[in-house]
Amino acid sequence: MASAKNHDFHILPPSPWPLLGATSAMVMLGGSVFWWHKAPWGVWVAALGLLGVLATFFFWFSDIRDEANAGDHTPVVQLHHRYGMILFIASEVMFFVAWFWAFFAAALFPSHAEAVGGVWPPKGIEVLDPFVYPLLNTLILLLSGTTITWAHHALIHGDRQGFKQGLWLTIILGVLFSCLQAYEYSHATFPFAGNIYGSTFYMATGFHGFHVIVGTIFLAVCLWRAYLGDFTPKQHFGFEAAAWYWHFVDVVWLFLFLTIYIWGSNFGAAVGAGH
Amino acid sequence: MATHADSLHLQAHGDHDHAHDHDHKPGFFARWFLSTNHKDIGTLYLIFAIFAGIIGGALSGFMRWELANPGMQVLPWFTKGNIDAAYHLWNVFITGHGLIMVFFMVMPAMIGGFGNWFVPIMIGAPDMAFPRMNNVSYWLTTSAFVLLLISMFVPGPAGFDGAGTGWTVYPPLSTSGHPGPAVDLAIFSLHLAGAGSILGAINFITTIFNMRAPGMTLHKMPLFVWSVLVTAFLLLLSLPVLAGAITMLLTDRNFGTTFFAPDGGGDPILYQHLFWFFGHPEVYIMILPAFGIVSQVLSTFSRKPVFGYLAMAYAMVAIGFVGFVVWAHHMFTVGLSVNTKMYFTAATMIIAVPTGIKIFSWIATMWGGKLSFETPMLWAIGFIFMFTVGGVTGVVLSNGGVDTYMHDTYYVVAHFHYVLSLGAVFGLFAGFYYWFGKMSGRNYNEFLGKLHFWIFFIGVNVLFFPMHFLGQDGMPRRIPDYPEAFHYWNHIASLGYAIMLVGMVVFFVNIIWSLLAGKKAAANPWGEGATTLEWTLSSPPPFHQFETLPDLRNMKGAH
Repeated sequence: MASAKNHDFHILPPSPWPLLGATSAMVMLGGSVFWWHKAPWGVWVAALGLLGVLATFFFWFSDIRDEANAGDHTPVVQLHHRYGMILFIASEVMFFVAWFWAFFAAALFPSHAEAVGGVWPPKGIEVLDPFVYPLLNTLILLLSGTTITWAHHALIHGDRQGFKQGLWLTIILGVLFSCLQAYEYSHATFPFAGNIYGSTFYMATGFHGFHVIVGTIFLAVCLWRAYLGDFTPKQHFGFEAAAWYWHFVDVVWLFLFLTIYIWGSNFGAAVGAGH
Repeated sequence: MATHADSLHLQAHGDHDHAHDHDHKPGFFARWFLSTNHKDIGTLYLIFAIFAGIIGGALSGFMRWELANPGMQVLPWFTKGNIDAAYHLWNVFITGHGLIMVFFMVMPAMIGGFGNWFVPIMIGAPDMAFPRMNNVSYWLTTSAFVLLLISMFVPGPAGFDGAGTGWTVYPPLSTSGHPGPAVDLAIFSLHLAGAGSILGAINFITTIFNMRAPGMTLHKMPLFVWSVLVTAFLLLLSLPVLAGAITMLLTDRNFGTTFFAPDGGGDPILYQHLFWFFGHPEVYIMILPAFGIVSQVLSTFSRKPVFGYLAMAYAMVAIGFVGFVVWAHHMFTVGLSVNTKMYFTAATMIIAVPTGIKIFSWIATMWGGKLSFETPMLWAIGFIFMFTVGGVTGVVLSNGGVDTYMHDTYYVVAHFHYVLSLGAVFGLFAGFYYWFGKMSGRNYNEFLGKLHFWIFFIGVNVLFFPMHFLGQDGMPRRIPDYPEAFHYWNHIASLGYAIMLVGMVVFFVNIIWSLLAGKKAAANPWGEGATTLEWTLSSPPPFHQFETLPDLRNMKGAH
């Protein structure tokens, strides 16, 4: 950039992606609203916006990859990335606080709402057995936490093969988790709509599931980059960010498992009790 | 105290940069639409905020015009005489006015505008930590504004257009009360604006922690930088909770969830808790940067460092912390238990302590200083007066017992307009006049600036002070019509709006005159009191400042 630049910070040239991304997000959300309100063109506008958002992510992160490989990411810039990712995850934690808040507001004080019958889980709700698929999913996510650490250590020690294997395993475990969640959703007897149990359960676990999918894609991009030869034992923040993010969704799951699945079913006692 | 320029030898670098200037500036489209430059993005934010402020201010103009006399005489013009539609239009106007002034005027101007412009410069950094992300924050804000404007023209409640929910968007008015798409668009507008603000918060925190020049320790940072740091943390931690709350609204509206619907086991009060867990930090988000600006301006024109610098910094940190645990004082009348109300009353009153530290330290800053009363100083002193009035009525309202009577009356409207449209906005004008020459390279007209101040100061006090009386007499807020008994003070308040409007005309004349014919601004027009780093650079600063970082290790104490 500037010929006189005499510092390690990253001064960037103009970029089209912020403008494209923000306007695409607007088109996507605006289109969705009219789609939900039965405008025939709404879904196409929303799809167009989604396409723009996805394109923005692709091109923007491609630029970041090119800049990393060009050596623009000096130690202080890498520190920026670390701060940025930690702060982003902090904001994500607060997003989940809202969903846990909604859950506890309903589950701790069931006597406040006539419609739940004064008990939690509410009358007529057939809850999922926490110690079958949810427990299995807990073990899957915990295992994926170890495989990603394996990948990280392999990378640090220059073992590219182990790095890829660890990543492959983590991604497979992530996909497995999502499949089991989808299976369990499709077999749950309580609906999404009409009751606070379904509302809090599906929205909290659903947003978690969405984050698992995003994290899986994030890891898949890292795997792709691994095959392209990116990442060195010393500089691989893209991978570390994906790993942090993966641990974050793991921890959110543990809280969901402990509260909504176990405590919310009276430690399994409510299963089949048919309140 | 010594100015930094003495110890920094920066002037040489400034000139050096200037020689290269023309090579580095991108073309018009790339520069203003694809920007990665913190000063250009700051300028965009300021222009956007002024534009949004005109719309938000015009809405309140129609509101004051309608309220000038009892009966419905203004809004029916827009609705072909349909009174019910006019009532709804009123609700759309108060909603639009609130959302626009909060999300699209004060926040973009304070944080996006002045924060972007001066946080990097004040800490001796060449730009923000994430220059590209900086721009997506800006365009998300403008995109959000477009969605909000569209929402005013699409169906809301059955038969009427626009979201008439108030800026708080409480259910069930915002759910079953507004089946049309208007509220969905308003919700997504908040999602986009919130995403932009969260990314901006990440950017500011990272910049302030990682990009301070050598010697610029946290405890030497100018108070404006401190104020933006605390603000950024409040944004980062409170906005995601709002995002969750309005997502619940969205699914309740469109997909049958029952978070806020009692017939499905939900609770509308849950929404209020979630909203105000965001909403209360939000009011500090709007005022803290004004605290920062006022500290810089008072120090400059008193030609003294700020009194009690560390206490001033940590008072803001304390306000930020306590601001997270007082939210339910907005909900004293929803049926909270007495114990809960006692807690929130006590916690809220505690905020007056760090706020008092700030007010008294500002006064002590001026005490014994070599005061001069240029326009920014008038706005800063005006800020202290106005904010103190709003703060005192805030302590009155913080009491859950008293608030049972004051809740949703014009007393509350008076209170939050004294802290916001007289506190935050006075802070904005102080910053605008303080930095106008620095940003534009042209001096504003001092006479017009002072004229603006005095007309505006008189106007807003005539406008908002009578609202205390109306509130104490029991006039509810958010109504377009009222009994004859409230006529007198409403009429006075509307005249106050007209006076304020004249002041704003002077402001715009000043901007246009100054940009076209203002004298070229010197690097430091304010003299020895202006000790922060922006005054060591040319006006306007080079496209990329500090290409060699300033060495501040010999810098004396803080400002």
